[in-house]
Amino acid sequence: MAVEHSAAATSADQTRIHDIGYRAYDGPRLGRSYATRALYSQSLRGAYGLGRSAKSKVLPMLLFVVMCVPAAIMVAVAVATKAHDLPVAYTRYAIIMQSVICLYVASQAPQSVSRDLRFKTVPLYFSRPIETADYVRAKFAALASALFVLTAAPLLVLYVGALLAKLDFADQTEGCAQGLLSVALLSLLFAGIGLVIASVTPRRGFGIAAVIAVLIISYGAVSTLQAIADSQDNPGAIPWIGLFSPVTLIDGVQSAFLGAEPSHPGGHGPDTAQGIVYLAVVLGLIAAAYGLLLRRYKKVGL
Amino acid sequence: MYDPTVARLTYRALLGRRRALILGALPLLLLVIAVAVRGLTGADDQTAADVLGGFALATMVPIIGVVAGTGAIGPEIDDGSVVYLLSKPIRRPTIILTKLTVAIAVTMAFSAVPTLIAGLVLNGNGQQIAVAYTVAALVASIAYAALFLLLGTVSRHAVVFGLVYALVWEALFGSLVPGARTLSIQQWALAVAHKVAGGDLVTSDVGLPTATVLLTAVTVLATWYAGQKLRSLTLAGEE
Repeated sequence: MAVEHSAAATSADQTRIHDIGYRAYDGPRLGRSYATRALYSQSLRGAYGLGRSAKSKVLPMLLFVVMCVPAAIMVAVAVATKAHDLPVAYTRYAIIMQSVICLYVASQAPQSVSRDLRFKTVPLYFSRPIETADYVRAKFAALASALFVLTAAPLLVLYVGALLAKLDFADQTEGCAQGLLSVALLSLLFAGIGLVIASVTPRRGFGIAAVIAVLIISYGAVSTLQAIADSQDNPGAIPWIGLFSPVTLIDGVQSAFLGAEPSHPGGHGPDTAQGIVYLAVVLGLIAAAYGLLLRRYKKVGL
Repeated sequence: MYDPTVARLTYRALLGRRRALILGALPLLLLVIAVAVRGLTGADDQTAADVLGGFALATMVPIIGVVAGTGAIGPEIDDGSVVYLLSKPIRRPTIILTKLTVAIAVTMAFSAVPTLIAGLVLNGNGQQIAVAYTVAALVASIAYAALFLLLGTVSRHAVVFGLVYALVWEALFGSLVPGARTLSIQQWALAVAHKVAGGDLVTSDVGLPTATVLLTAVTVLATWYAGQKLRSLTLAGEE
């Protein structure tokens, strides 16, 4: 190298710029919506560990299987005993399996956003033609879709099983539709809460603990208070206490509008007026989560 | 076997900034619930046992144990700064023991003290319930801290596995499969609490001798194995 260099320096008249074949890109520019869709599909695949290492596939896949196996067992029992009804209503299923859903949100929400913050890749996203709102929408939609897949798959297992067992078609279809509507609402709510908490911290472990604390502890606290209100003959307070945890919120909405049995102690579901309050709070929380995420990413890494 | 500098750094990592928030929020919630319940129902022994057993010991103590136990060593391994600690002339078991002491102290401070206060608020220590659950929280703190500190050295996903153990195994399986309750730190701690309270309000599925042996065995083995893991630690990059 040194020899070449001195040779080049002595013969200055021979210096020239080589054309080594750089070319401008003149293909199609796929633009903002394509970039958003790509971010959405990558985040959705990432939520199940697809396209990531084998180790990171273990937990989401395991939780998915744990979600679906009880549904398969229930179908098998219903077919074997020739029952006229499924052992568990479609709307009850997500409430029973809530700890699995909470663990999934807690493990995948930080995976989705915390690593971008920790490795400071967020500014790289925004150097592409996507805007803050596109990033937030893509991440929100991806986690909500992943959650919907997690919660809707066992319902479909139940539905298909129920039809194979020749249960009443209209009855089962109505129940399944109500269940799907309720888990769609649940997915949006949980995804919003999980992402807002996870987007505050670049530490994965801390994000997981914080999401779990909000989802499960609030449920533990609320159901303890409800049980005490029930044992003290104060049933009027039970629906109002239920407003303070995500799981009981969804439970309240579906028992008010979607014909579900409330899982509250004593079976005191909210009436229609309270149901409207429940629905307003759920939609308000989803909108607030979206707004907070937009605000969070307005100034991240810039 | 105790290094004050390591202890000071661990305290700062555990109680610094946001981690202290989550550690402080749970006891605060317990106290709010205790005051609300006392206001709603008045002093009642069964209610006090329900709140302390159902919320404090079953939910709050394990989660604080997870945060403190894995938080004592997990983040350092995660971001690689543990090499600076390991390159100092301190024995690895000493590091583990120091971090364990700090984790136990933090878990006890944030779980047993609020449990005692909540118990006093709920029924003024009637039938020794407050003291019994405080003792259970103290005993459980030691075992949880040791177990989750070990998890922190073994896995990068220690928090998830810790929570899976605390919430799925102890809460979900424990309520469905009776055999799972024998292998649950919560039940071992309850066995000790049963001895303290004496009555029928605090019950456990495990006998006191079994519980004591298992508690000691888990704590000692977890600490020893964590020391072994730290001796041959490999630093992995982000997946």
